[in-house]
Amino acid sequence: MASNELEMNRGDGSDLEPMVSLRDLRVSYGDREILHGISFDVLRGETMVILGGSGSGKSTLLRTLVGLERATSGEVWIRGKNIAAISQEEMDEIRKHIGMSFQGSALFGSMTVGENVALPLREHTKLENSTIEIMLRLKLEQVGLAGFEYYMPSQLSGGMMKRAAVARALAMDPEILFFDEPSAGLDPIIAAGIDQLILELKKAFHMTIIVVTHELASAFLIADRMVLIDKGNVVAIGTTSEMRASKQPRVRQFLDRIAEPEVARELDYLQMLTEDRRPANMPGGKGRA
Amino acid sequence: MELVSQIGGGVTNGLAYVGSLATLAGRAAWYTFVAPFRGKPLRMARAFSQAMDVGVRALPILSLITFFFGLILALQSAYELRKFGAIDLVATAVAVSMTRELGPLITAIVVIGRSGSAFAAEIGTMKVTEEIDALETMAINPVAFLVAPKFVAMIVMLPCLTIWANTMGILGGGVFGVLQADFTIGRYVRASVDALILRDIITGLVKSVMFGMTITAVGCLEGLKTGAGAEQVGKSTTRAVVMSIFMVVLVDLVFTMLFFFLGND
Repeated sequence: MASNELEMNRGDGSDLEPMVSLRDLRVSYGDREILHGISFDVLRGETMVILGGSGSGKSTLLRTLVGLERATSGEVWIRGKNIAAISQEEMDEIRKHIGMSFQGSALFGSMTVGENVALPLREHTKLENSTIEIMLRLKLEQVGLAGFEYYMPSQLSGGMMKRAAVARALAMDPEILFFDEPSAGLDPIIAAGIDQLILELKKAFHMTIIVVTHELASAFLIADRMVLIDKGNVVAIGTTSEMRASKQPRVRQFLDRIAEPEVARELDYLQMLTEDRRPANMPGGKGRA
Repeated sequence: MELVSQIGGGVTNGLAYVGSLATLAGRAAWYTFVAPFRGKPLRMARAFSQAMDVGVRALPILSLITFFFGLILALQSAYELRKFGAIDLVATAVAVSMTRELGPLITAIVVIGRSGSAFAAEIGTMKVTEEIDALETMAINPVAFLVAPKFVAMIVMLPCLTIWANTMGILGGGVFGVLQADFTIGRYVRASVDALILRDIITGLVKSVMFGMTITAVGCLEGLKTGAGAEQVGKSTTRAVVMSIFMVVLVDLVFTMLFFFLGND
């Protein structure tokens, strides 16, 4: 992948081809539809932040993009293939070109940090051990964990585990990097360190990066564009400045941290005490009034 | 009507469970026996280390348990045989019981307690911490990576452990034979060997392989089905042990019946 090619296209929006395209994506768990027709593009080399509250469906969206959930209908185009309609083998081929950093790091506890990072290389390449050793040290260096290859994950702090997870995601030099809540569980200083790491990866590799988060400070720092998901729908999409200036009520509520109206309403104590709120499927329950 | 629908539901759930087990065992078998010829070699290092855990590390406790069991068997059978003046047959009783039935079964139960629970706990914890998801996103198949090495280890180690268990059981019986039934060690061993027919040993070993497949399938399936949270890992582990014991006895019944009807030809 020639970096010259990217530099040529970077400034001119009309030449940028989408790296990831969603068209009317719907995902359901059983009878419950979580995503109600999501459509947007992520352009090559850009950092897209998927914002949303709890229960908005952003985690389901991310899981669908990496093939962990199956779309009920709609299309998801990655590397020229609609992953909503391909076989397991083809999905695995695409997965060799993406990397994912999970919320809890998901490092394999029975292996050292080095073995974790080397795993994709050992599984998918026929490289010599000595070469793999060099590559894993390089990846650890890139995330600021040089010298930690023989540590066990349990010996690392939260921030270090996150970095190790990123190193593992980078092992196969992915074209797209996915982050699930990169700042989750980290104190502000360490979280800022992870933000810096993402910015460095952006600058150094011009990777396409997709981040799911609800941390606004991180989002505005790292994003080129943002998409706000609410209750399974795309509410707004645009550059960081466009989002900041948006007058849409839902966007303003999210960005300005305004609580849900129901919380502010005065409680009707009598109604609260006498209302039967047991779900319909419980014995004796009548469902919500 | 309530009872009928509950029984019906139970039966369909049970069949679905057995189906899931068979599917998982089938896929593990595919990755073990077929995939290596299609460019996807078995992960020998992982299989080897699993075999060490499942087999070699079980030897001390298995030896003790089956030794004591052989002694118990000898005591129990001598109690009756004495009445007929046939206490000489105690060696036969122990040898035949151990090789045909108790050797494979007790080995399976010890392995369930040690390894069946460990498989469920290990894979269940990986499920909860998203490590299974991580494997999938790295295009590594969890069945090939986690289950197949365990599968290989179990089907190799269980027959080996069973042979060991049979031997220890016979020795345990020998203690009784020498101390209480006027055997010498030599005479007891000869009597045991004379009592054994190849068919008994083979049927016992075939059963042990089937037990190995069953324990792997149940332990790994429960692990993979674990829900979110640490409490769920505990539940999966408990369920794995209980269901493994049940399924092993069920498989035992099926194969004992099979050998019974085959032997009648």
